[in-house]
Amino acid sequence: MTLTSYLLGIIAAGLVLVVVVELLRRGRLRERHAVWWFLAGLLALIAGVFPSTVAWAAQVTGIEVPINLVFFVSIAILFLVCLQHSAELTRLESKTRTLAERVALLELEQRKPLARDVPKSD
Amino acid sequence: MMATEFMWSKSPRHPFTAVARRVFGSLVPTLGRELIDRIGTVSTEQQRILIVMPAYNESASVGGVVKEVFAKLPDVSVLVVDDGSVDGTARAARLAGAEVAVLPFNLGVGGAMRTGFRYALENDFEVVVQIDADGQHDPSAVPALIAGLALADLVVGARFAGEGNYVARGPRRWAMLVLAWTLSRSVGTRLTDTTSGFKASGPRAIALFATHYPAEYLGDTIEALVIAARSGLVIKQVPTAMRERAGGTPSHNPIQAAAYLSRAWLALLFAHVRPASSYRVGVQS
Repeated sequence: MTLTSYLLGIIAAGLVLVVVVELLRRGRLRERHAVWWFLAGLLALIAGVFPSTVAWAAQVTGIEVPINLVFFVSIAILFLVCLQHSAELTRLESKTRTLAERVALLELEQRKPLARDVPKSD
Repeated sequence: MMATEFMWSKSPRHPFTAVARRVFGSLVPTLGRELIDRIGTVSTEQQRILIVMPAYNESASVGGVVKEVFAKLPDVSVLVVDDGSVDGTARAARLAGAEVAVLPFNLGVGGAMRTGFRYALENDFEVVVQIDADGQHDPSAVPALIAGLALADLVVGARFAGEGNYVARGPRRWAMLVLAWTLSRSVGTRLTDTTSGFKASGPRAIALFATHYPAEYLGDTIEALVIAARSGLVIKQVPTAMRERAGGTPSHNPIQAAAYLSRAWLALLFAHVRPASSYRVGVQS
């Protein structure tokens, strides 16, 4: 490994962390969504600074080519993020549905305020 | 059933008799009392009945259906839920004299019906009857459905139970039969028409559905029944005549029937494996 590629790995990982933290700081990213990206950046930084950790982890898990472990972990993280987004989308859809129903009923109520209040007063 | 079981066992000392007497003997008076209570509430009070009509681009038929409901059932309120129509359905329904809740975009029958159940809950209606805006449900069958509520929380008006001349043929019919058999087993009542939209809900069903009426495909028919059964509601089927739909032709394509059946199975499966806590009533807003 050349010094350049060593530095490239560290800089790329550092950049990911900086962007994630900055988005968090400005309130553009919620903690719930940031956690996977933060984890990915952290792992990349560790692997960048100490490449031997990847080789060691690959040996422990029985993976012959260490880079395959990197691919596996990367894909796993992307997969989890995708899944989280789908779940989040479902939550949002169900909230939108509830809001739409609420709006329909409020609009109905607002169209005839008198007719509704009359039987209640007596 | 219970009476014959006592007669079958000749020896009064037979252990089964003793057990049966203890179990059923205590059960029978309770059932009887509950039955009398339920019938009592129906006959003494004037019930507040709401007809909920989900309508999506039905401006051609909705006015006529609303007028027919008012003509045949003078004491009911009608709420048309306009499910994001673009053809003036809301206006047509309003002109016919119905209350109209307009959903800002299309949510499907499930969303429209939950709006109706919420409206019923918030305005103290005791009975909600769903009638389709395309005119396939005959309003004169509504009293029969409501009468069924004396002994049940949810009454389904069924097409294949002897009345009317609705016939589904081929793979679609087989799919419906398989589905009806499975669903009947899982909800503990014999149902022959699981996809019927012609349903009457009592107070307990209204409270449940105002929060948990599903919006997914087939959720308003299959999953709603399973939710009701899992929440301990009593479901009953009443035979009703159905008219031909004004528009739209049911498909007889075997591939579509298979797709329908597998989606129905999936809906059924998930309705059963969902955690019971997701159907809790009284946690809304």
